[in-house]
Amino acid sequence: MSFASEFNSLAVAELSAFAQNATAGDVEAALARSGRQRTSPSDFAALISPRAAQPQYLEAIAQRAHELTIKHFGRVIRFFVPLYLSNECINICKYCGFSRDNPILRVTLTLEQVVTEARYLRDQGFRHILLVAGEHPHFVSDDYLRDCVARLHREWPSISLEVGPLEVEQYRPIVQAGAEGLVVYQETYDRGIYDALHVSGPKKDFEWRLETPERAYAAGFKRLGIGALLGLGPWRNEAVALAAHTAHLLRKCWMSQLTISVPRMRPAAGGFKPAVNVSDHELVQFVCALRLTFPEVGIVLSTRESPKLRDNLIPLGITLMSAGSHTEPGGYTGQGREKLHVTKGGRFVKPPMPVIESEGEHATVQFEIADNRTPAEVAVRLEEMGYETVWKDWEGALNGV
Amino acid sequence: MTDKPQRLRIAHRDFNSRLIMGTGKFASGEIMAAALEASGAELVTVALRRADLSGQHGKFANILTFVDAKRYVLLPNTSGARTAEEACRLARLGREATGSAWLKLEIHPDPRYLLPDPVETLKAAEVLVKEGFTVLPYIHADPVVAKRLEDVGCATVMPLGSPIGSARGIETRASIEIIIEQATVPVVVDAGLGAPSHAAEAMEMGADAVLVNTAVAVAADPVRMALAFKAAVEAGRAAYEIGLAPKRRDAEATSPLTGFLNEP
Repeated sequence: MSFASEFNSLAVAELSAFAQNATAGDVEAALARSGRQRTSPSDFAALISPRAAQPQYLEAIAQRAHELTIKHFGRVIRFFVPLYLSNECINICKYCGFSRDNPILRVTLTLEQVVTEARYLRDQGFRHILLVAGEHPHFVSDDYLRDCVARLHREWPSISLEVGPLEVEQYRPIVQAGAEGLVVYQETYDRGIYDALHVSGPKKDFEWRLETPERAYAAGFKRLGIGALLGLGPWRNEAVALAAHTAHLLRKCWMSQLTISVPRMRPAAGGFKPAVNVSDHELVQFVCALRLTFPEVGIVLSTRESPKLRDNLIPLGITLMSAGSHTEPGGYTGQGREKLHVTKGGRFVKPPMPVIESEGEHATVQFEIADNRTPAEVAVRLEEMGYETVWKDWEGALNGV
Repeated sequence: MTDKPQRLRIAHRDFNSRLIMGTGKFASGEIMAAALEASGAELVTVALRRADLSGQHGKFANILTFVDAKRYVLLPNTSGARTAEEACRLARLGREATGSAWLKLEIHPDPRYLLPDPVETLKAAEVLVKEGFTVLPYIHADPVVAKRLEDVGCATVMPLGSPIGSARGIETRASIEIIIEQATVPVVVDAGLGAPSHAAEAMEMGADAVLVNTAVAVAADPVRMALAFKAAVEAGRAAYEIGLAPKRRDAEATSPLTGFLNEP
């Protein structure tokens, strides 16, 4: 059974209501069980409740989260870095900087340009790369993605993708070329909100996206990343659905390494204002609740968050981090600058200002980052905190290439 | 009669220490190196996926920098491999890069509990032994799998006490006892040993060695914890060699029936 069918019968509303109304007894019971016995969806709901956010519980939950993280992962943080291939997109999504109707500067990097950007990142120490692109079957075809992976796999032991969802048969050659992980966020698990925010394009199909991790697993991806974009809908509702999705994938895709991301909305082109503000306090509670419920699952932290918050989230459950990220194609070395354009109705239009030869012009970012420290600076900070930065934790030979 | 103190012998090589150390989860390479030193271990396992196998000695990607290959017998491991094919490929690359033909064969397709796949492990062991590797396979405490691996030429068997990193101790005691009883190669209890007492227990049972990683790596003071495990392994081994008194249910007077003979 796929998660889409399980999701239809999932009592999201009841669990969300329970998350609102959990009692001290519910919180204490969930805390006592966590990491020791099997926990239930209602245990998770209790851990994200307003009751559990009270200082006397939140600190205890954080302590337990820290303990479980150290036990399962040790004092190490794995580094990865995103490389944006393209910001072309055929979807209109109200919250995304790459949305088709945003008049932004766009570009798709050539293979050579991708290699140049990647070499720069490799020289900084990275060995885990995440290739990111907008959804565009023409500019970002499955053949293009396969070619990118094939060009990079010799120098990159671990290559993951965060791109528009594909069919199993389209994924397979990409895996065979050396890709190891696939990341796809559902954005929001609320069908109504999803439908309202995704105005047009293939992304409008909620279920197609929901079943993507399972298609990726069937195609041979070894790491699966899921997440919800915080700010689109009530976060506790998103959390219970994300937890159910996680539990489902752990059972069904039992040979994959699962990671969860909890990205919060950042300012982006289009100026979308988050419908919901998820506070630092709530984000901390969410991360801790995930750790208590899924002690062995990786939790990802991106540069969307500030240095201070990032440093403080690490002991609570984070296992993977990006650092020094750019969220636009060509962002690291200025590749593709000569081809910047505006896309209208699927056609290139000259950009509104002269960008060629102009220093500093670059493609438009997907969102603004909040941690501007270099990877080396973040690694030094981790060392001060008693953590080892692991740059390489995979080997190409394991990918069957 | 007690056994004389014996050294551990694996594949014609003698070791004074019966504690094998892992190298994952440490807060820094320096702390790891200090803990290895304190443990007295001579055999050290390293995940190949964390080593630079490109021959370029990458400064960012090389856990091997912190394991002195002159002091320790390097036991590269195949953690991350989900199939025999992946494990064999990684093993060959590892041998080229590290120069060590010793191999801790780990194939755990499930990244959550890291439980070993017996079918793939046996397949890979057969191939790798033929290719000249000294193979130490990580297995469930399954006596038949242990015998099958011995039959294909493995240098040891390494049954788990409980899942990796779980610190639950020897939950597979009854099966490990059978493995020890039947083994013709050293039995190394690997995984789940969360306390020195667990390591001592394995040694008292007659295990030839134990492998410890998480319990030391995540301890508040890894160096002292390494010393504690070293002492526990030595104590457990000595007790095994000397022979423990049989367990009884009740307290027992020294000579309840014949004591009267000595009365004045």
